[in-house]
Amino acid sequence: MDLALKPEHKAFADEIRAFARANLSPATREKTLSGKHYDRDDHMVWQQALGKKGWLTYTWPKKFGGPGWDVTRRFLFENVLAEEGAPRILPFGPKMVGPVIYTFGNDEQKARFLPGIRESTVSWCQGYSEPGAGSDLANLRTKAERDGDHYVVNGQKTWTSYAHWGDWIFCLVRTNTEAKPQEGISFLLIDMKTPGVTVRPIIMLDGAHAVNDVFLDNVKVPVANLVGKENDGWTCAKFLLANERLGIAEVPSSKRGVSMLRSISDDPSMAEKIADVDLQVQALEMSELRALSAMALGGAPGPEVSTLKVRGSEIQQRIAELAMEAVGEYAAPYQPGMLFHDSNETPVGPDHAPPAAPRYFNMRKTSIYGGSTEIQKNIVSKMVLGL
Amino acid sequence: MDLSLSDEQKQLQEQAERFVRDKYAFDARRKIAATDRGWLPENWAQFAELGWLGMSLSEEDGGYGGGPIETMIVMEQFGKGLVLEPFLPTVVLGGGMIARAGTAAQKEALLAPMIEGKKQFALAWLERQSRYNLADVSLKATKEGAGWSLSGQKGVVYNAASADQIIVLARTAGSARESKGLTLFIVDGKAKGLSRRDYPTQDSLRASELTFDKVSVGADAVLGKVDEGFGVVEDGVDRAIVALCAEATGCMDAINAATLEYIKTRKQFGVPIGKFQVLQHRMVDCFTNAQEARSMTLMASLKIDDKDPVVRAKAASGAKVQIGKSGKFCGQSAVQMHGGMGVTDELSVSHYFKRLTMIDLMFGNQQHHLTRYSNLAMAA
Repeated sequence: MDLALKPEHKAFADEIRAFARANLSPATREKTLSGKHYDRDDHMVWQQALGKKGWLTYTWPKKFGGPGWDVTRRFLFENVLAEEGAPRILPFGPKMVGPVIYTFGNDEQKARFLPGIRESTVSWCQGYSEPGAGSDLANLRTKAERDGDHYVVNGQKTWTSYAHWGDWIFCLVRTNTEAKPQEGISFLLIDMKTPGVTVRPIIMLDGAHAVNDVFLDNVKVPVANLVGKENDGWTCAKFLLANERLGIAEVPSSKRGVSMLRSISDDPSMAEKIADVDLQVQALEMSELRALSAMALGGAPGPEVSTLKVRGSEIQQRIAELAMEAVGEYAAPYQPGMLFHDSNETPVGPDHAPPAAPRYFNMRKTSIYGGSTEIQKNIVSKMVLGL
Repeated sequence: MDLSLSDEQKQLQEQAERFVRDKYAFDARRKIAATDRGWLPENWAQFAELGWLGMSLSEEDGGYGGGPIETMIVMEQFGKGLVLEPFLPTVVLGGGMIARAGTAAQKEALLAPMIEGKKQFALAWLERQSRYNLADVSLKATKEGAGWSLSGQKGVVYNAASADQIIVLARTAGSARESKGLTLFIVDGKAKGLSRRDYPTQDSLRASELTFDKVSVGADAVLGKVDEGFGVVEDGVDRAIVALCAEATGCMDAINAATLEYIKTRKQFGVPIGKFQVLQHRMVDCFTNAQEARSMTLMASLKIDDKDPVVRAKAASGAKVQIGKSGKFCGQSAVQMHGGMGVTDELSVSHYFKRLTMIDLMFGNQQHHLTRYSNLAMAA
């Protein structure tokens, strides 16, 4: 056992860093480091650069066009990119639907969809939640009825991140209304340009537009877009959720957050609070590394990764809370324009003040999305503890 | 980066598990705690036979070339069984400090017999006023011919009654609470002028208050350099902290397992109480806390041999913060979920709770180490 890096890993980290410095636009980097809003191109230009290098789908095995990296390389890749101020890779293609397609899809689907995900030429969004199916996801009602070689899809998806940027959406739909809730669900890929797909923005409490309602009104979807077997979509759904939970612990960006806190706070009463969250991040990182090492020896992420999601979200919230606490009353001036890179406004208070409160407000989402804290605890209680 | 145990380490883990299973059933432990010594010579002999007393020492020092991971593996199992044999004061603290700071003659005289199970040690650093400050030492050592004379008091010295040698932190120069001017002395447990008041601790270990009344020692009793003992003791304590953290993770696993079993079987309102979501979520929080404790302990065990003393100190303090936090959460939750049974002496749960509580207090509690970590992180 050891934590030391071998010389080839150090060289690898240098290579990643050099790549980021050469390919990440300075404006995008600045937005990350100062907590400003990204636009679509910040993500797409960067992701396409990674895609060209073969690194966008860095968690994929070689067989499907990934680099086949070990745990150490993935760890370094994520950390170096976070330090360099890269935006997080939007997970919907590379981390969510991609692995579902190469695990459960047929050869034709792999050939058709995987290249666009690897190169980020097609952007994806996630059609899971519905107005009546949040924590109780299996209660979803969006219906897909077979009509010859098509399904006709009707219903509404909600909380759909970046649907307004999305070319395609992967949806959980009900194909059997008679069976138990989990047994009548199918996993369907839908082209957002299909007639009957409408996107409506939902503006969040920080004023940002990231999520949407997606209305599906008599949308005709070829049966060839069904992944896995009809009515067996819950298997894909759970596989995807476990992958999602592992990814949203967000350790590298939290490490960056801890450094940011130390740089903006010189109040001694804050120092120990920052030290405390620093240690929480270290514990989470080590737990994640232990889980990844266990996975490297075989197997998909187990239900215990739910605890990583719970702690990861609490830590992100705590960092945002401390950043606002450090700013003090200068968190109050409302300057939404300052959150855009091209703003001509000058901040009322310190430079780092304008994003502090919006970020704190926004980060409350982390313990709600991707399965709320309460749902994660239900999962661990049932699947790990047998209660 | 590699987080898997080697085959030898897995064997060691199985060996330690087997020892705890065979020798440390709850009632057996109670009997051991009630003996005069508070630990069993036959168990100590078995540790020697299994090679545990020398496993973390280098081969030059007569050991078997293991390190902090081996210590972690064994201490974790000791935590599961609430093992009473004085492994921490003798092997981790005493043996470790002698190996790192001792002269060739000291090593030869002390380490070989320790590995064979024939010598035990204790570390006397604390005084009544010290609280968690390692440098707050007023016991004085004054020059006496070629040697030294020690006078003053030490408190809560674990294993002092069984120790053949006691390593004493004494002031040879400087003023109270100054880290410069401290010297370590290896004092015979039966030295003339040394008197003890022995007592059991809350968690069934044995400790003593020591009075030194002009205890004479030779110049060869100095461990390390005169006036420069602080670094040695600080480093020794940091390493002991990491071992203690491993013990605590074992305690947490055991107390969580007992609580999980209890809430699956105890029925109220016609159902096992583990059917209630409020208890389920608390149980999950216990599980997560133990997981974090294990992660921080592993990280500290992997860093405690680092060349940089600041890395070592941060690792030890960081892990101790987590252990304090997680140990308190798991301990209090276990007692609460056991209801009235949790506050009796009859079930193991209260014994684990007590040990976890004392571990937090030992060598500085959660708050002390948070401050220490914070200061080190700010200085970096």
